Amino acid sequence: MQYAILFYESAEDFAARQDPARADYWQGWASYSGTIGQSGKLAGGAALQGPETGATLKAGTVQDGPYADTKEQLGGFFMVEADSLEEALEIAARAPTAGTGAVEVRPVLPMTQGEG
Amino acid sequence: MADRPLQDPARRAAESAVRNAYGRILALLAIRSGNLAIAEDALAEALARALVAWPQSGVPEKPEAWLLTTARHLVIDTARKKSTEASRKADVRLLLEESEAEMMAGDSLPDERLKLLFVCTHPAIEPGMQAPLMLQTVLGLDAARIASAFLVRPATMSQRLVRQKSALKMGGIGFEVPGREEWPDRLNAVLQAIYGAYNAGWEDHANASLAEEALFLATLVNQLLPYEAEAAGLMSLILHCEARRDARRDAAGRFVPLDRQDPAGWNAARIAEAERVLGTALRMGNIGRFQLEAALQSVHAARRITGQTDWASILAIYDRLIAVSPALGAMVGRAAAIGRVLSPEAGLEALDSLPGDRVAQYQPYWATRAHLKALMGSTSAAQKAYRMAIGLTSDSAVRNFLLTQLAQLG
Repeated sequence: MQYAILFYESAEDFAARQDPARADYWQGWASYSGTIGQSGKLAGGAALQGPETGATLKAGTVQDGPYADTKEQLGGFFMVEADSLEEALEIAARAPTAGTGAVEVRPVLPMTQGEG
Repeated sequence: MADRPLQDPARRAAESAVRNAYGRILALLAIRSGNLAIAEDALAEALARALVAWPQSGVPEKPEAWLLTTARHLVIDTARKKSTEASRKADVRLLLEESEAEMMAGDSLPDERLKLLFVCTHPAIEPGMQAPLMLQTVLGLDAARIASAFLVRPATMSQRLVRQKSALKMGGIGFEVPGREEWPDRLNAVLQAIYGAYNAGWEDHANASLAEEALFLATLVNQLLPYEAEAAGLMSLILHCEARRDARRDAAGRFVPLDRQDPAGWNAARIAEAERVLGTALRMGNIGRFQLEAALQSVHAARRITGQTDWASILAIYDRLIAVSPALGAMVGRAAAIGRVLSPEAGLEALDSLPGDRVAQYQPYWATRAHLKALMGSTSAAQKAYRMAIGLTSDSAVRNFLLTQLAQLG
């Protein structure tokens, strides 16, 4: 079963990406994704640029920035192979920003069901 | 560990009184009605009624008796609605009345919590659900809080708890203390579940008070079974670990590893209690895994007096521990001790002998390996191991500590 792990990061975490004094930010992410990769469970994913760099289409209008004006914003996601939601949660709990933001875990809808 | 809700002794005493009352009343209701789920619902309803009634009428002279009587009537009502056999109804009523009479006679309720502990760890209960079930039934913790500590969806945890209780009912499993031939395995299951609850609280710093709940359970078992050496061993182990809780973080919230902790920051009263309980256990002459783990902590605690850590003793205790209980954690701990006593190379050799598939995603293995490689001056191997350890850490303070160690390698 595949699960999407969605990382919602605080403004401080987004700022750390550009901060030379916060090399630990990227080191934490590189180590984290490395261990998931080593376990053979990583099925994909991406880091996203900051919410201010994008735009949202909502009911026919284009707005600057993200869809929801929340404190934490989507910073990236992984797709992982896991036997259960608990296993995916265990992986999610190790995210470097789990303590400062939010991590959401969602089972992926198998394509055969989506196409029906 | 941002919250330290149990620092205040008055609050701790109040929480302890509630924990005591909850398990005692539930045990009586469950044993007499033979149905854990119905007993829990009735007690929850009685507690809800108390919250309405007591602020108006004042707290009754015997609050536990009030709760038991109220819950007892609710159990009888439920039994009456559910049961089709008139005789069964009468049995329930009779048994519950008997328990009330017993209780009114004394100052406190008879303590039947041992039976509750054994039911929660009955072989019919899934191993992974024994600790959660114990936390819910003996201490009255809600499913959401248990779910967070065990990293499970709250809705899933609730469903699983309900399922375990119906398994007990379907299996006709009685609330009884196991017989002699089953005793060692069943007692071990109780101790394992408490230790499982403690570990969930240890890892989850946002939920640190779960560790305190586990200490309460360990103390309870030791009190109910004062002649079981391993029960005392578990209590001593948890006391020792909890004695150092505050010292594991500096004033800025950063992780401080054991060998860099200032013993002045350890809780002397808890260490003294841990030592006393361990001494009692060891005199019983029935050594086991929990006593040996407590003995390891005892050697570490001795640094507050001697100023140094006796690693040779630690290694000797690990050797005995592995002979009794060859857990991966103990084997990694032994390798770390070899690294101290002999040389980092020898410690590494011990690590290399561990099965690769079992250590591949085991954080303590990588953290120990990184430390030993760094001591040997093998920078790139140390970096690789630190990255693995960092990626496998869920405690952010520990992760930051490891990130700093990695950065210092250059």
